[in-house]
Amino acid sequence: MSEIRELEAAGLLRWMWRQLTSMRTALLLLLLLGLASIPGSIFPQRSQNPMKVQQYFSANPTLAHWMDKFQLFSVYGSPWFAAIYILLFISLIGCVLPRTFDHLKKIGAKPPLTPKFLEKMEAFTVVEGVGSLDTAEKWLKRHRFRVRRESTSISAEKGYSRETGNLLFHLSLILILLAVAVGGLLGSRGEAIVNVGERFVNTPTSYDNLSFGKFQKEGSLVPFALTIKNFKATYNITTNAPSDYLLTVAAENPAGSTANTQVIRVNKPLTYGSTKIYLQANGYSPVVTVKDKTGKITFQGPVVFLPQDANLTSTGAIKLPDMNPQIGFIGSFVPTYDRSATRGAFSVFPEALDPRLLLSAWQGNLGLDSGNPQSVYRLDTSKMTKLGLKQLAVGQSYDFGEGSITFDGWKSWVNLQIVDDPGKMYALLGAILAVLGLMVSLFTRQRRIWVKIDSTGKALQVAGLAKNGTPGLDEEVAGLVAALSNTGSEG
Amino acid sequence: MSATTYAYLSNNLIYSAMAVYTIAFFAHAIEVSFSVRNVEVAVGAETDNSATKFDFSRTQRSGRIGTAMMILGFLLLFAGVIARGLSAHRVPWGNMYEFSITGALAFSGAYLYALVKYKLRWLGLPVAIAVLLTLGTAITVLYRPSAPLVPALKSTWLAIHVSAAIASGGVFLLANCVAATYLMLDRMESKGARKVWAQKLPSLETLDQLAYRLVAFVFPLWTFAVIAGAIWAENAWGRYWSWDPKETWAFITWVAYAAYLHARVTVGWRGRRAAWLCLFAGSTFLFNYVWVNIWGSGLHTYSGL
Repeated sequence: MSEIRELEAAGLLRWMWRQLTSMRTALLLLLLLGLASIPGSIFPQRSQNPMKVQQYFSANPTLAHWMDKFQLFSVYGSPWFAAIYILLFISLIGCVLPRTFDHLKKIGAKPPLTPKFLEKMEAFTVVEGVGSLDTAEKWLKRHRFRVRRESTSISAEKGYSRETGNLLFHLSLILILLAVAVGGLLGSRGEAIVNVGERFVNTPTSYDNLSFGKFQKEGSLVPFALTIKNFKATYNITTNAPSDYLLTVAAENPAGSTANTQVIRVNKPLTYGSTKIYLQANGYSPVVTVKDKTGKITFQGPVVFLPQDANLTSTGAIKLPDMNPQIGFIGSFVPTYDRSATRGAFSVFPEALDPRLLLSAWQGNLGLDSGNPQSVYRLDTSKMTKLGLKQLAVGQSYDFGEGSITFDGWKSWVNLQIVDDPGKMYALLGAILAVLGLMVSLFTRQRRIWVKIDSTGKALQVAGLAKNGTPGLDEEVAGLVAALSNTGSEG
Repeated sequence: MSATTYAYLSNNLIYSAMAVYTIAFFAHAIEVSFSVRNVEVAVGAETDNSATKFDFSRTQRSGRIGTAMMILGFLLLFAGVIARGLSAHRVPWGNMYEFSITGALAFSGAYLYALVKYKLRWLGLPVAIAVLLTLGTAITVLYRPSAPLVPALKSTWLAIHVSAAIASGGVFLLANCVAATYLMLDRMESKGARKVWAQKLPSLETLDQLAYRLVAFVFPLWTFAVIAGAIWAENAWGRYWSWDPKETWAFITWVAYAAYLHARVTVGWRGRRAAWLCLFAGSTFLFNYVWVNIWGSGLHTYSGL
């Protein structure tokens, strides 16, 4: 009884495997993968724009809650998306590997036997006279056909590289998928905002956020260090659009060795092995000095503000938890100042030509001890009271009662993205091979030509078969017929 | 000449090209519609062969004028695109307006190539309409003054990736015109015979093969365009594939055409089903171009709208 069940189970498994690796299933899964990737392009994705996901949640809470259950905000990392591509991957392997072995076995194999009746084949032609099979064989070989010579017929085939290209293409797709997996499991990716003048040492603690692949150890980061020497942004004076970003760094690899000057641009990352350092974003950090009532400096330095518009009006928060009572500022940095009745202070140009710092001062509990993570760019004013509002030009100070704040100047900051993807070279190799395979496969014409002495023995029958209806068979057969007729008339 | 002179020249050339394409449109329309009148005359010739039943010689000249105008329009458009590039000192596809005019150029170029290779004069009418629509939208809705590129677009890959995408798009559109014609004629034939004006259009089988050949020819180029985009993305954004909406739809287009090729070659789809699949695949490309550029968000925000 149990044996039968085992047999049934094995049969079922075999059946399932055959179904999964059938061409139709592979095609269906391919289409399904295309369909499944659509929602990710319509709904905001956490991996690309977490802010927009938040907005979606606050706009339609119930709907968003249900959509989230189906991972519609992280489609490309969701189990159901993974299920489709893993099934496709298995199906692809099950489809392609047996065909590859088959194809390898066929290297040097002869074309199949000549069919009994050529009359029904394409381009059927009868050559009267004595055109010989030898002439046909010579012609076919000269035109790079594989030839099988029988006593009364020739079977010839050309275009085996079509299948070679086809298999190369599909095997390359498998290579790309493996490379993506390697990059995901063995890579790392992180970002850090660094002010001009500051030094970035490549250790996990230096990052604002950093994620490692499952099999990547934390100590595996390349031990370089960068000092941000200069950042220059150039803008078009009529359109205000950026025209160039130029970041100059003093790079040490490993940290502590002699520094050399390197330049990083948007399309020119700095490379250390499989690690690359990208210039991803930039903005302004106003530099302030805060003193308490006694005149003692409680804070001095640049504070990172985040750009809000194309003219880099930037907002941020300055938090002073060590003052008693605690003090906080909500700030707005305007690089090139203008003012209108409706919009208040705003920036008219992204470069800091005439900067202002707008501050509102708050006193009370900053809420930093509550245990809830808090954005460094926002002030939680729920337990604070407002002291006042002030607009400062460079060098000016604001006395807010509990002390004073001076707007000393500004610095630029840059957002460095540091990525280690050890799989990408394999992905590139796979991509190149895939295109080559595809071209060979789609541009090779596969066809068979048969030549047969007919039953009377006085004429030759010529016919052919073009796979997938590729053109050019008629011309080819005509060429062969011409060659045969010529020798016929000469002989 | 200065940058603004070139930009001005470019605009005038584009307008001239549109005028010429309009003439081409009318020439082709006359060729198609007035060939009907000759039916009775032709039937009298008493040839049994149905293909020679109709005499189209009377509108031959109109067809030839159409082709001449298509060539002239292509040359004017070509000059307009070059002038646009000279005005900005870079490749002329830095925003959606420029992408559109270069795309129209690639599309009409693909038509002229196919015209020589496959005798496709009959396709001139839909091609002229599509080119006019593209140029019209470009110059009225999408137009932006010639300007330098933002830093993210300053890369050699702009020339490689976008030109491959534009060329593929041109051929995909042409395949769509062929597939649409197939479906139209197929409908006509399934209801009875072809209308008289459609008599001289190619057989259904020829159209079916032609659509396949166009797609098979350009699919590797589209694959290359996607890969070149991935290489550029790795260089600019630190990630070769980030499922940005544009990337996602490029992938969907790729999958759809891959399915079309498989359906034909391995599963043996022909005719109506294949034509619908071809149209579907082409529409994912158009969707990506229109919807994702204008209403989508993401890293490929170059429309400037």
